[in-house]
Amino acid sequence: MQSNAHAAGERTKVDIAIIGAGVSGACIARQLSAYETEVALLEKEADVSFGVSKANSGIVHGGFHHGPKYLKTRLEIRGNLMYDRLQRELDFPFSRCGILVVALNDEEMKYIDHLYTQGLENGAIGIEMCSRERMFELEPKLESDCVGGLHAPGGGVIEPYRFVFSVVESAVKNGVQLLREFEVVKAEHSGEKHIVHAADGRVVEARYVVNAAGLFADKVSGIFGAEEFQITPRKGEYYLLDRKTKACPNRVLFPVPTKVSKGMLVIPTVEGTVLIGPTAEEIEDKTDLSTNADKLGQILDQARKMVPSVSQTDVIAAFSGLRPALLPEGDFYIDISEEAPNFIQVAGIQSPGLTAAPAIGEYVKDLLKKAGCRLTEKADYDPFVTKLPRIRDYSPFEADELLAKDAAYGNLICRCEKISEAEIVAAIRAGHTTLDGIKYFTRAQMGRCQGGFCSYKIIKLIMRETGMNYDQITKNGRDSVVLTGRL
Amino acid sequence: MHERTYDVAVIGGGAAGMAAAVEVRRQGLSCAIVERENQLGGILMQCIHNGFGVQEFKKELSGPEFAEEFMDMVADAGTDVFLSTTVDSIEESEQGKELYCYSRKNGVVKLNAQAVILAMGCRERNRGNIRTPGTRPAGVFTAGLAQRLVNVEGYIPGKNVVIVGSGDIGLIMARRMTWVGAKVHGVVEIQPYPAGLTRNIVQCLNDFEIPLYLSHVVSRIEGKNRVEKVTVSPLVNGIPDEDKSFEIPCDTLLLSVGLVPENELSENAGVEISPITSGAVVDSTMMTSVPGIFSCGNVLHVHDLADYAAEEARRTGAYAVAWLQNKKPTRQLRIKAGANVRYVSPGMINPELPDKLYLRTLIVKNNAQLVMKLNNNIVKERKLSHVQPSEMVSVKLTKKDVEHWKAESDSILEVSVQ
Ligand SMILES: Cc1cc2nc3c(=O)[nH]c(=O)nc-3n(C[C@H](O)[C@H](O)[C@H](O)COP(=O)(O)OP(=O)(O)OC[C@H]3O[C@@H](n4cnc5c(N)ncnc54)[C@H](O)[C@@H]3O)c2cc1C
Ligand SMILES: Cc1cc2nc3c(=O)[nH]c(=O)nc-3n(C[C@H](O)[C@H](O)[C@H](O)COP(=O)(O)OP(=O)(O)OC[C@H]3O[C@@H](n4cnc5c(N)ncnc54)[C@H](O)[C@@H]3O)c2cc1C
Repeated sequence: MQSNAHAAGERTKVDIAIIGAGVSGACIARQLSAYETEVALLEKEADVSFGVSKANSGIVHGGFHHGPKYLKTRLEIRGNLMYDRLQRELDFPFSRCGILVVALNDEEMKYIDHLYTQGLENGAIGIEMCSRERMFELEPKLESDCVGGLHAPGGGVIEPYRFVFSVVESAVKNGVQLLREFEVVKAEHSGEKHIVHAADGRVVEARYVVNAAGLFADKVSGIFGAEEFQITPRKGEYYLLDRKTKACPNRVLFPVPTKVSKGMLVIPTVEGTVLIGPTAEEIEDKTDLSTNADKLGQILDQARKMVPSVSQTDVIAAFSGLRPALLPEGDFYIDISEEAPNFIQVAGIQSPGLTAAPAIGEYVKDLLKKAGCRLTEKADYDPFVTKLPRIRDYSPFEADELLAKDAAYGNLICRCEKISEAEIVAAIRAGHTTLDGIKYFTRAQMGRCQGGFCSYKIIKLIMRETGMNYDQITKNGRDSVVLTGRL
Repeated sequence: MHERTYDVAVIGGGAAGMAAAVEVRRQGLSCAIVERENQLGGILMQCIHNGFGVQEFKKELSGPEFAEEFMDMVADAGTDVFLSTTVDSIEESEQGKELYCYSRKNGVVKLNAQAVILAMGCRERNRGNIRTPGTRPAGVFTAGLAQRLVNVEGYIPGKNVVIVGSGDIGLIMARRMTWVGAKVHGVVEIQPYPAGLTRNIVQCLNDFEIPLYLSHVVSRIEGKNRVEKVTVSPLVNGIPDEDKSFEIPCDTLLLSVGLVPENELSENAGVEISPITSGAVVDSTMMTSVPGIFSCGNVLHVHDLADYAAEEARRTGAYAVAWLQNKKPTRQLRIKAGANVRYVSPGMINPELPDKLYLRTLIVKNNAQLVMKLNNNIVKERKLSHVQPSEMVSVKLTKKDVEHWKAESDSILEVSVQ
């Protein structure tokens, strides 16, 4: 996924520029990479998926939470169905483990009825109303008060950042130019072209611009003189539990939703840890990713209402994410701008944005065509990325063969998640040179010790592979330097 | 796949692993140490301060010096050492145990052994474990990682430092960071008393005028990219008092908030783990619930002193040899942690042999009394000048102590502190 470095003042000329390399921008870029057109993907952060797409529940939703009138519902249903093929092509962790909505009293059971009917209307496949007995058959760890619920077997879990990395890798492989640390600050339109300026002076020229800037889609819309709207950040805080917790369910567990959110969930992540949360709180600051003591207490209490065995001693990390909500509707706003020429809005992509993203890619491609963009299919489009071996998937006997080909798989760097030197080097060579980038790409530093043992080894590998100096190593770009001096 | 066979395999080459291996070799059995790092010594190699070896070698050594003494013994004893090699799993086999070991150099090696000694040490508790709220910037390190960065790798992790936890590691890092030119703005301790040795409070904090905030917590971390400040709050009835909280601007937070035995490998091998120590449940011979697998050092329970870890490991090596020679204890008594005692290790004792027990208390007290009762009769008492939870107590049981114990197989030895 190496980015193509462009010096200040240099101009990159493309047909389409996509602003924002979150899951939306990534899926749009990959979709377009199947056509004969020049595409640039512009991202302000040091790596892709460092925005909303890195901190969320990671659920491929089941298509029953919202009614059929919403665009987000239609794209959710479609997006969900696209995941199996994407997994085969892109080799990211995904499991269709299914979703359960848990009713704890008869009142809640009525709402389950409603969700069931809604799901049917939406066209969600395989959803099932469950009796108490059926619920316990599906999920023995449930609180004994459960009276019944809803089962959506088509729901699942993915590692969201890992998904985005794979999607971008595929897009880049098919010719998309990725420009990182490219913060769009200014734009003008002249002679059928957008001239897009980055904070550091780089310039991109594009006939069409897609605004997929997540929390900052309102700001970017303003930069291009397009529609005025406001994205409201709504914070969700989480706890991550160690994989050895006894509270790991078989399926994603939802409570019965409230008006403002889907409620606090218990999520068996695709990598075997457990996520509990998120809270839902409207805030002002779009960069405020702090966690708060009182919220974190609530999470534990709520999670225990469904799974009593959730224990705070299993907590290995806390984090939060911000939903980019476009209120009051809360629907996606994906359309051709009426104010700015050749400008496509992809805004208000809150949940189920991850689920819908592959369908958003298709939808935006169609909008571009409608806006007059000529898209002809590429003959040599290759939807597959190279599968990278993960030592943790190998038995000792298989591992021995792998090690014979590349000895670096034998050097286990991250002991908690069992990640080898070879995997970390692959991440670095693919252009992920921050500690967080490597964490999201490989999972190293993501386990129970949270980098206590391996982060210095990773730092040394980054320096060895890139020639970077120690003071250039950051957690996630900008001033997030890790080491301040040398003895 | 390469294959090697030994009587005993030791996993981990720290103080405990080396001491265990040396004992096994001294008694004439073949033995290998498997160590994931590129040198022996374990955690000792980053502890460049003095304070090791007083018991073992009757002199004050630094961690690396202490380790070198053992490295020489390992070499002299003719122990095979696999460095840069990680044991990934332990399986049962017809002949005993199979260890699957990964390394760059040898690929996957299958190591066959009759008995296995676990000596993998521990890991540090981190921010998530103590659930400190706030942002997640760069600049938050566990103290042991910072120690490694400074003492082994030669990098300085920050300039303006706050330390959480007043255990010896936290205190020693306060001094170390000061020595490398950083400003340490304070050590924040949740308990009303310091966790580390008085000697270290004087030498590491007082001598440098570093404030110690007792009964305080860091209740919030702030900073977008790098740590910018932390909020420190006094505890009132166990809850952070917001009104009396204050901020300390800093770029680095070091966490010295406890160690946890690293037992994932043991658990996967079916070893029963104690919820109190997070180490294996062992009998009077340090054997775990899986016959032929033994455990010692920090992976069994966290030791304050490398000397204690080495002593315990040496006995463990001897027990493993005895087990292989079919010399098994005929009787074992269960040990119960009585009043004010968090745990006693091991959890069983052979009433026919002299032995050594390690325990941690739940209380802080001067002039305490250790009381051992067998079937409700006091069988041993000892004065303890000072006890606190962070300081391990060691109790020697001599032949004279145990000789007269009339113990049935269902007897219980209760150990308490008053
Ligand atoms: C708490 C929470 C839980 C969620 N759970 C789920 C779930 O379980 N399932 C699901 O389907 N969805 C879920 N979602 C929704 C999902 O995460 C989002 O819909 C999705 O990640 C949005 O992706 P995006 O690409 O639109 O935005 P982002 O990922 O934020 O991408 C936008 C990118 O644009 C960049 N950018 C911004 N401004 C500029 C600029 N001026 N110049 C250049 N680049 C710029 C940003 O840095 C960012 O990388 C959840 C969301 C949250 C917050
Ligand atoms: C910062 C600090 C300061 C201290 N200060 C003092 C002091 O002043 N005086 C004193 O006496 N004591 C001190 N101690 C305590 C003492 O150092 C320890 O109790 C003792 O060294 C522990 O030895 P160990 O062998 O049990 O563990 P470790 O030294 O941790 O050794 C375990 C070894 O096992 C290896 N390993 C783990 N898993 C595997 C695997 N799967 N495969 C292969 N290898 C593996 C590890 O790499 C490591 O080398 C201090 C400890 C610390 C952390």
